[in-house]
Amino acid sequence: MAKYTLTVNGKKHRVNVEDDMPLLWVLRDELGLTGTKFGCGRGFCGTCIVHLDGEPTRSCMIAVGNANGSKITTIEGLSPDVSHPLQKAWIDEEVPQCGYCQSGQIMTAAALLEQKTNPSDKDIDVAMKMNLCRCGTYQRIRKAIHRAAKEI
Amino acid sequence: MAHPTVSRRDFLKVSSTAGAGLMIGVFLPVKERLIDAGLVSGQPFEPNAFLAINPDNTVAITVAKSEMGQHIRTSLPMIIADELDADWSQVKVTQADAHPDKYGSQGTGGSGSIRRSFGKLRKAGAAAREMLIEAGANEWNVDKSECAVSNGKVIHKPSGRQFTFGELTNKAASLPVPEDPPLKSPKDFKFIGKSMPGMDTRSRVNGAAKYGIDVQIPDMVYATVVRCPTFGGKVKSFNSRAAKKITGVKDIFEIEEGVAVVGTNTWAVVKGQRAADIKWNHGKFAKWNSSRIRTMMKKKGLGNAVVAREEGDVAKAQQDADNVLEMAYEVPFTSHATMEPMNCVAHVMNGKCEIWVPTQVPQRVQTTAAEALGVSEEKVTVHVTMLGGGFGRRLWADFVTDAVAISKKIGKPVLMLWTREEDMAHDFYRPTSIHKLSSAMTKKNKATSWSHRVIAPSISGQLSPERFSEGQLDRSAVNGASNVPYEIPNILVDYVMTNTEVPVGWWRSVYNSQNAFANEGFIDELAHAAGTDPYKFRLKLLKNSPRHVGVLNLAAEKTDWGKNLGKGRGRGIAVHESFGSWVAHVAEVTVNSNGNFTVDRIVGAIDCGLAVHPDGIRMQMESGIVYGLTSTLKGEITIKDGAVAQSNFHEFELLRIDEMPKVETYIVNSHEAPGGAGEPGLPPVAPAVTNAIFDATGIRIRKLPIRPEDLRV
Repeated sequence: MAKYTLTVNGKKHRVNVEDDMPLLWVLRDELGLTGTKFGCGRGFCGTCIVHLDGEPTRSCMIAVGNANGSKITTIEGLSPDVSHPLQKAWIDEEVPQCGYCQSGQIMTAAALLEQKTNPSDKDIDVAMKMNLCRCGTYQRIRKAIHRAAKEI
Repeated sequence: MAHPTVSRRDFLKVSSTAGAGLMIGVFLPVKERLIDAGLVSGQPFEPNAFLAINPDNTVAITVAKSEMGQHIRTSLPMIIADELDADWSQVKVTQADAHPDKYGSQGTGGSGSIRRSFGKLRKAGAAAREMLIEAGANEWNVDKSECAVSNGKVIHKPSGRQFTFGELTNKAASLPVPEDPPLKSPKDFKFIGKSMPGMDTRSRVNGAAKYGIDVQIPDMVYATVVRCPTFGGKVKSFNSRAAKKITGVKDIFEIEEGVAVVGTNTWAVVKGQRAADIKWNHGKFAKWNSSRIRTMMKKKGLGNAVVAREEGDVAKAQQDADNVLEMAYEVPFTSHATMEPMNCVAHVMNGKCEIWVPTQVPQRVQTTAAEALGVSEEKVTVHVTMLGGGFGRRLWADFVTDAVAISKKIGKPVLMLWTREEDMAHDFYRPTSIHKLSSAMTKKNKATSWSHRVIAPSISGQLSPERFSEGQLDRSAVNGASNVPYEIPNILVDYVMTNTEVPVGWWRSVYNSQNAFANEGFIDELAHAAGTDPYKFRLKLLKNSPRHVGVLNLAAEKTDWGKNLGKGRGRGIAVHESFGSWVAHVAEVTVNSNGNFTVDRIVGAIDCGLAVHPDGIRMQMESGIVYGLTSTLKGEITIKDGAVAQSNFHEFELLRIDEMPKVETYIVNSHEAPGGAGEPGLPPVAPAVTNAIFDATGIRIRKLPIRPEDLRV
């Protein structure tokens, strides 16, 4: 067990956990931030993506020790009031079906829009292809990203 | 079992506690529970909503169907609110806990939530509306014909006076319930037929939506369970000392279905499970693999079959034929792979049990837990969370038993979560199947017979072997085969049951996915054999099936059917009826010389009768297409040494965004009764794609999933 200080969504948290605990379980089980989801535990599906110093990161694959001192943003911290252009676009395009993968989808897309304000379809493919959606909302995700890009 | 029979007139129930306003529930015959238990068959009566108009003017609708992405928490309230003429902002939705009979069947499946309750929900809304009008008329002391409802208010038309629903609800509650309240004319629908915004969309984009895995209650511990990977195997030994050495692991013990590890967080129990070095007695099935299953199925397929449909004389037609075309189609096992792995929170205390679970069958959860604990159903409370995907997987309560057993043993609330590996290894898989099709042909290649032998494991047979054993007909297994719509004079559809230890279950569209692939691939072969355009060929054989023709025409029209797509490209069509709806897809593909191919576009046309929530239907079509395409191109479950060979998404691949074709959905304008939407879009996907590949290459694919090597000449 070791003590870590994590800055999550602008707030400092002190946790006392095993140093190999993936950030995902620290967020969910220790801090109660359950918006970030568990899908595969091995970095294949993207449901657990958060931002680590602005970079989209699979929180199931990074040990808490390696996140120590980083600035972490989860879906709960993307905007205080569902005002992020992607969240608005997701609502306008009615993207979510079951919704389980959408935290990861939105966080990946948010990082993409930070890099590229007007991404092409190809850019979207490259950025988003590691995020699985079993309901098959891909077409609406693409539309919503384009829509949000226009607003930014 | 003796149960009172209940007249249909009793179906609306009104209740009112002092000052609580008008509550309309819908009565459900006890027969429901017998249907649920599989003891009697019949069309379930499924009201599934409870309407309360509160003095604070909210219209509270309790939805008893599970929300798994189909927006049922939006569309069922739309139906009630429309007849009630409520203001949409008044409508508040709550999720029903399990109840043995208050809501009818709470089972969410068979694309049935709307089609089985549409009329009843309208009637409930209309009855409430009439009672509010009467209450208003009484207050004003006017004739009720002078009153009307509009946007959540009762209005006295001549004077313009009005009451809110909230102001009248206590008065309305004391009035008799009208037996046959007038229903709106479809032209007056306000919400039905409009794409109302999703009730849960906001909470699904900010992390607030609560799935089963997100439940956190005081004093809760975490657990995971591992079962023997080999079906039918048992625990031999495990190292509990090593597991308990892991920081955070509190306990490890055997439960009926495997080994449970309990701890203070998920990571601890996952590590504990790995450290425990569990050894298994693999049992007899360890000698089985996919090829042995296939060989067994082929062998049994040569033996006796049970007839599901017989018209004319196929044997004679084949004798008289100039040629008989015979082909075999094959489909593998596949997994549901919901994004949220199976999980359940259970708290067993003092002979009672409280459960929070993402489930499609709250009542089955309740009875399963009650049986496991030896208590009555009333002692078990089941809260239904949001579901991170269902697709039929959550029609089972197997994982609930795990959670209940653990909580009972440790005396604390527990969040029992399967790892992805466990979820993939212990699904109830879409049955693998072999389809033998043959057709007698005249000299001019006109088909004079159609036979289809379905060789597949039986879900019902596995569930109730005493009722369905080998040699018997499982009607479900020939769904989509026995009702082949083509007008060919001699028809024989039969079935051979081939059960193994591999658990099989209801996978989106159930046996329609396999049977439509076989039907629609083979009819395409007959069309080509006859030298006829496959779209026109179908039309000729569907003279008495206007709804098949309607969707075929719509899909063909939207894709400029007949117009050449150019070299290396092809277009395929397929049509299938299931769950009360008709769907035709046209797929367009591009095939490269090395056998690699892309599915460029899928245009789907659906006739699901009256479209209650059109955007919801489009979503379900898009979803069914992606789900179907995934199992056409990848997503195969194979058996090795009696266990599933795939462990996670690197081995069981799903379609990704860069492989996503352009999808277009068109809805036939109809006033027929609503049909299903969640499943019907799936079955025609695979054959539309394989037919398109044939169009592009002349290569006929009869085995799924399609592999590039199948397309290398």
